[in-house]
Amino acid sequence: MSALAGVLDAVVTGALVLASVLTLLCGYRIVTGPTVPDRVVALDTIGTNVVAIGVLVALSTGRGLFVTVALVLAIIGFISTVAVARYVIEGDIIQQ
Amino acid sequence: MIDTLLTTAGAETASTGTLALVRNAVTIALLLVGCFFLTIGTIGLLRFPDVYNRLHATSKATTLGAASVFLAGFAHFGPQGAALTALIGIVFLFVTAPTGAHMISRSAQRMGVEFVGVAEWPEQEPEESE
Repeated sequence: MSALAGVLDAVVTGALVLASVLTLLCGYRIVTGPTVPDRVVALDTIGTNVVAIGVLVALSTGRGLFVTVALVLAIIGFISTVAVARYVIEGDIIQQ
Repeated sequence: MIDTLLTTAGAETASTGTLALVRNAVTIALLLVGCFFLTIGTIGLLRFPDVYNRLHATSKATTLGAASVFLAGFAHFGPQGAALTALIGIVFLFVTAPTGAHMISRSAQRMGVEFVGVAEWPEQEPEESE
């Protein structure tokens, strides 16, 4: 029985709670953001926080599969951020 | 729950208890650093006055926090398997976060979002001196 296993469990649980609260606080900026880029920035921050939550779930459950889930969420967040930024200024996403 | 998982993982990868102890200590330290930077980034997102300052806060601090949490995953899952996926996640975050921040700030400039203070966009000069 490792010495710090209980401490690690407590730290992972606390980090999960903290990251969830931070994600909720980002929702405030989405609701009351004055401009559209403010909301995009808040959505990008939520994406990064959810990536961290995915890794924390992997640590909490002990399954390495959730690290892959976090990586896929990072990819989807980047694509959505670029798509929204292009849509805001260009009017459409895919140009020929 | 995590005790049994850690003991089974420790029985597979480390026969001694010292390696599991160091691994848990490193994971805890990296998790604390990651939570600190995630908190700083979100506070900056909530408190800074305009979109460029918020972008400055989130694109650096939050990325560093998520990368630190990924490093905690690398330290926890050992040098194979899901740990390599965590390293790929770090590289991907460090490549894509500045790109996304640049796209958002450029779209904000095209939309005409102004600075809050006395800062202005530089004049468009024909020669790029500075």
